[in-house]
Amino acid sequence: MESTTAPVKPQFSEAAKAEIDRICKQYPEERRKSAMLPVLHIAQAEFGGWVAPEVQDLVAEVLGVKPIEVYEVSTFYTMFNLKPVGKHVLEICRTGPCQLRGSDELTLELERITGAKVGGEPSADGLFTLKEVECLAACGFAPVVQVREKYYEQLDTEESVNAMLSELRNMVHRPALPWEEKGLPNAVANN
Amino acid sequence: MGRKLLTEHINVEGIDTFEVYRKHGGYRSVEKALKTMTPDEVVEEVKKSGLRGRGGAGFPTGMKWSFLAKPEGVPRYLVCNADESEPGTFKDRQLMSKLPHLLIEGMITSSYALGANTSYIYIRGELLYVLRILEKAIAEAYAAGFLGKNILGSGYDLDLYVHPGGGAYICGEETALLESLEGKRGNPRNKPPFPAVQGLYARPTVVNNVESIAAVPVIVNDGGDEYAKIGVGRSTGTKLISACGHLNKPGIYEIELGVPVEEFIYSDEYCGGIWKGRDLKAVVAGGSSVPILPKELILKTAAGEPRLMTYESLSDGGFVTGTMLGSGGFIAMDETTCIVRNTWNFSRFYHHESCGQCSPCREGTGWLEKILHRIEHGHGTERDIDVLASVAKQIEGNTICPLGEAAAWPVSAAIRHFRDEFEWHIRNPQEATRPGAVYPGKAVLV
Repeated sequence: MESTTAPVKPQFSEAAKAEIDRICKQYPEERRKSAMLPVLHIAQAEFGGWVAPEVQDLVAEVLGVKPIEVYEVSTFYTMFNLKPVGKHVLEICRTGPCQLRGSDELTLELERITGAKVGGEPSADGLFTLKEVECLAACGFAPVVQVREKYYEQLDTEESVNAMLSELRNMVHRPALPWEEKGLPNAVANN
Repeated sequence: MGRKLLTEHINVEGIDTFEVYRKHGGYRSVEKALKTMTPDEVVEEVKKSGLRGRGGAGFPTGMKWSFLAKPEGVPRYLVCNADESEPGTFKDRQLMSKLPHLLIEGMITSSYALGANTSYIYIRGELLYVLRILEKAIAEAYAAGFLGKNILGSGYDLDLYVHPGGGAYICGEETALLESLEGKRGNPRNKPPFPAVQGLYARPTVVNNVESIAAVPVIVNDGGDEYAKIGVGRSTGTKLISACGHLNKPGIYEIELGVPVEEFIYSDEYCGGIWKGRDLKAVVAGGSSVPILPKELILKTAAGEPRLMTYESLSDGGFVTGTMLGSGGFIAMDETTCIVRNTWNFSRFYHHESCGQCSPCREGTGWLEKILHRIEHGHGTERDIDVLASVAKQIEGNTICPLGEAAAWPVSAAIRHFRDEFEWHIRNPQEATRPGAVYPGKAVLV
């Protein structure tokens, strides 16, 4: 059956808009496109941890560029999720130094506990997406998992892995980002 | 104990705040440079210091600065390369998160020397939390009058911004970084023109690593000649080494260039030896892109001299018996390490991170990964080792940027020094793919 309501176009919160304005001022006026990556990061944080096509269109509109210019960037950089993710995205470093200190075993362990598969759908409870990434620049504290802006290091014992997962499970809201700190509703909207 | 020029105060409580950093002598170089020196005099001190690019290339920083084109009436830029993502290297992340003001001070003094009125720190996207630390510190520096208009009444203006990447190793290559900063895919540019002539927004631009810029305040405060007294030969000053892998004490160490490799690995002042009482098998001394060396060759040069932590000593013998200091990413591997598995892992990294712009790299890194995967998983054939070596050879020198070489060198070196281990994998697939399998032989020394 044909839908009778038009799809809702995503909109940035007032706080995010202010942050985007601040960022755009960092570049020469005719070089607004420079703000592409920072604005994509804000968009991903605002809209549930991934950048849907309509979110990317919104970024294009804000920056005054063609949508294709956003798509070619969002598909090039690995930090932008192009499909829906769980509440927490666990980025497991799999590169040499982490592998030497047991990242393969850590990945298997996280798959077993969460029930999610690396690179696949979120866990059944919607809490965790597992993603293997290349070098997180924490080689001396391997193995390492990054969740949003936080690093969990030396995850080589059962206790450390469980402590990370229980911390994430108990997180009612994700931590507010600096531009949301005044307690705007978007700080919790994605959870 | 070696001198600590960058990290002396790294563990001081509150050193990430302007107030405490200032109390420990912070921002003196800005005062000295802006009040008593011309920009050219600052460049001259950096030249005298012999400082070499700490991001991996080792090119003299002062010389790089003197290449900057200075046409009248055209803005020029200083861009800090904080896109550290070479496997094994994690020094810049630590330096920036603990000593944000050191980098900011270096950015101000360096920007003054180069005549840049707008500067950027391009930080890898994964480090958003470090970006917040830097932005807070930058705001403090603005409030104290060290950034903005007419800094310290000198008539010099500077705006400093932090810009996050999006997760792409290639953006550590300076022209890819500039493309990325302009809001595009990180595809390296053809050179010439070099960034010193046409860089960011086609303006003259200098791109320097975090650690290089952090060394500038020390050089300006103490003088280039004093800095040059530390170290050995053309390897002057101190270097941050990120030590990881199978070491008792992995971490960041600031060393005076010239410390013997053996001392660095085994002494308690540094890495404290190999973990679990095991024997050392091999080392990748300068980040994953440099050639791997077996224990015997990393501890001593081909001539039997003790190998030192310097640009020259580590590269002694070229790529036959030597390697590179690179970015200082020091990865130690114990006797149980599977070299095939490790080489495959690095190849997977380079294949994943190739931007895809030139075919030898895009296709070549894929082939390297595919063949190594095959050998590691017990499906290798007798021809594979030669094919691997040949693919690596064909990537080298045929790409726009050095990512091609970075992918090829580890493979060529692994075959050069550990060919027997590859052959063992191919001839004994069942045994080699057993979980925890350890190659029973020894490395062949060229």
